[in-house]
This record gives sequence, C-alpha cells and structure tokens, in this order.
Amino acid sequence: MRALLLRDLRLAIRAGGGFGLGLAFFLIVTVLVPFGVGPETALLSRIAPGILWIGALLACLLSLDRILALDWEDGSLDLLATAPLPMEGIVTVKAIAHWITTGLPLVLAAPVLGVLLSLPVPAYQWVVISLVLGTPALSVIGTFGAALTVGLKRGGLLMSLLVLPLYVPTLIFGAEVARRGAEGLTVQTPLLLLAGISLGVIALLPFASAAVLRINLR
Amino acid sequence: MSLWEYANPVKFIRTTDKVLPWIWTFAVVALVVGLVWGFFFTPDDFRQGSTVKIIYIHVPSALMAINAWLMMLVASLVWIVRRHHVSALAARAAAPVGAVMTLIALATGAFWGQPMWGTWWAWDPRLTSFLILFLFYLGYMALWEAIEDDDTAADLTSILCLVGSVFAILSRYAVNFWNQGLHQGATLSLDKEENISDVFWFPLLVCIAGFVLLFIALVFLRTQTEIRARRTRALLAREGQV
Repeated sequence: MRALLLRDLRLAIRAGGGFGLGLAFFLIVTVLVPFGVGPETALLSRIAPGILWIGALLACLLSLDRILALDWEDGSLDLLATAPLPMEGIVTVKAIAHWITTGLPLVLAAPVLGVLLSLPVPAYQWVVISLVLGTPALSVIGTFGAALTVGLKRGGLLMSLLVLPLYVPTLIFGAEVARRGAEGLTVQTPLLLLAGISLGVIALLPFASAAVLRINLR
Repeated sequence: MSLWEYANPVKFIRTTDKVLPWIWTFAVVALVVGLVWGFFFTPDDFRQGSTVKIIYIHVPSALMAINAWLMMLVASLVWIVRRHHVSALAARAAAPVGAVMTLIALATGAFWGQPMWGTWWAWDPRLTSFLILFLFYLGYMALWEAIEDDDTAADLTSILCLVGSVFAILSRYAVNFWNQGLHQGATLSLDKEENISDVFWFPLLVCIAGFVLLFIALVFLRTQTEIRARRTRALLAREGQV
C-alpha cells in the first residue's frame, strides 16, 4: 500500500500538471468571483466562506479524472487488480493520494485566498478546519465517480453530473461550519455532522468504488 | 408459482400483455374521473381560490417521483442479488418516468407558488431536495446511456442507485438543516392530508390511484419495449454473423 501511495505521489509531482493545476484553478475561481459580484468588501466577506468551499469543491472535481484514468489507459490498473492488495485497498490509496495532491494544498491555500475575499478574521480557523474535515470526503466520493466512469471515452462531463449531487451534503455542512464561524455562532452541530459524513464515507464508500472498479475491469 | 417466474422475459411479456390493457383502462378512468371531479366539481378554497386544484396533479406526481426511485432501488437490489435481466430493465424503464414526475411536481409547484407565495421558486428544503432528486435521475439516465455493454451498464447503474439513495436521503436531511440557518421554512407542507377536507380528499385519492396505475403501465410498456429491442438486436447480430 505504501509503495502504491508513494508511486502515485511521485507520478503526480513529476508528471506535472496534476499537483499545481487544482491550486491554480482554485486561485482563478477566487479571483473571478469579485469580477462577477463586484468589489464591495462587505458583500465579499459575507460570501467568502461559501466561495472558498465551492472553489475547493470545483478544483477537487477537476482533478478527479486523473485518479484512475491514466492507470486505466496504460494498463497498470489491470496489474494492480491482480496484485495481492485487495481492490478496496487500491481505491483507498488512490483516494488518499488524491487528497494529498489536491485536498491538502487547497486547505493550505484557502486562508491565503481568504485574504483576497476579505474573509472575516474569526472565520479563518473554521474555513481551514471545515476543509480539513470535508476534503477527504470529496476525494473518496470523487474516487467512486472516477471508478464509475473509468472505462468511458468522454467520461469527464458525465462524471461531474454523477459526482456533484453526491457532494451536496458535504458542501452544505462544510459551508455551514465556515459561515457560522464567520458570524461567530456556535459551530458544533454542523462540525460534528460534517465529521460524521466524512468518516462514514471513508469507511463505506471504498467498498462501492471497489465493486464498481471490478465490474469495469471485467 | 412464485414471483421469480416473471424474471423470465417471455413469461413477463406474456403476462404484462394480458394485464396491460386493464391497467391502462383503469389508469385512464381514474385520471379522468379524479381530474374532472377535482377540477370542476370541488368548491374553491376560501383562501387559495381555484389554485388549490393544482393539488390534484402536484401531490400525485410528487408521490410518484419518490416512489419511482424506491422502485428503482428495489429493482437494482434484485439485479445485484439475483441477476434477473427484467428487473435491471425495469429499473432503467422507470428512471425517465420518475424524472418526468419530478419535473411535473416542480413545475406545478412553481405555478402554485407564483400566486400563493409570490415567487416561482424558494430555496425551501422540500423544493431543493426535489431538485437534487431530479439531478440524481439525470445522472442515472446519463450513465445508462453512456455505457455500451448492457450487463456492465446494469451493474454500474444499480450500484449508483444504491449509493445515490443513501446520498439522496442524506441530502434531504442536510438541506433541512441548511435552510433553518437561513430563514424560516416556507409554509409548504405535504401532510395536508390530515387537515384537508373530504371534499378535496376523495378526488385526490382517485388521482393518486390514477398516477400509480399510469406509472405501472408506463414501466411495463417501457420494459417490454426494452426486452423486444434487445431481442431484435440479438437477432440482427446473429444474422450478421451468418
């Protein structure tokens, strides 16, 4: 498992494009929002938590097809399937690799981009905490979507259609944590629910992803 | 004699052929009676005026939108566990019907909401979760269309249906939660059954029965079509090889 994880990380860094692309996309979305809604600081700081969450979610979505598609094309996925590692382990490692290369940089970049959107000071910690809790769920759900569409020629658009509705609960609770944090309200309930969704998804969804991947490799 | 006999496509077609005319007849009769009764022979509500009558389309279609997904869930489970092709095809057949029901419920809700709430759309939990349900239907149908191999498509969509059901329920409650934080829940409530007067209630019952029968008839018909189309394809493929 560790070897596979290291291989995926090395590929993401050396092959280029994968590592920084999500971050750059996140930056561009954040920069475009003020052009869309106007540069008013009060309005921006009000919508900043939501924008950061949506930006992170879209950046995550954009990089999903890299999780499995490249390995599918060059056949290494078939080799992995015959390896002693169970399929559930493979998809879990893929999700972890995706989180380290996409989710983690997004979490680290969010406070910096928060400055651009004049995010209220108390919100910084809650945006980071909610993203830390929420992005693993995004990666795991995304791996499921990637596994569903891995065999398709033009799977990208279909995958967004399949994955985005699945992102709804995570987005609602994550953005709610950030929003309540920004307004100085108590965040315990959405925080617990967000953590619950993340943990539940991490525990259960790899089985579905593995089943789907097995069908696709048949 | 067990239910599983109908997993045989031939048996399924033979039986549904016998039953379908009856279901169609009852569906049409129930819909005509229910809608005419509801539209022309019930009094106007003293506060809502004649807009109350949209209930005769809105409530049954909303009910069927959810029940269609439930039916797809059961059919998908049957496919995963027992691998009967008819059940996979029935799930596929139900999806567009359910999607249209969802759309009808949303549209009639908007028509009612415009004069009553003064807005076509509000981010009310119920409205929002129906919109999300519609997105699930779209994704499900798109996945069926995208995959060429029939069995693979059936496998993948049935797993998507299972996972989607869990997330649909999650979204339903998450949306509830999300809206409380924003503003008071809008006044729409579908548990009107309890405080609806009998004058409106009986035609509504007939309409619901009509929609259920219509849904069954459409699903049977679409499943039959799908079986026959597949048979034609198999025949053509065989002749092409000869």
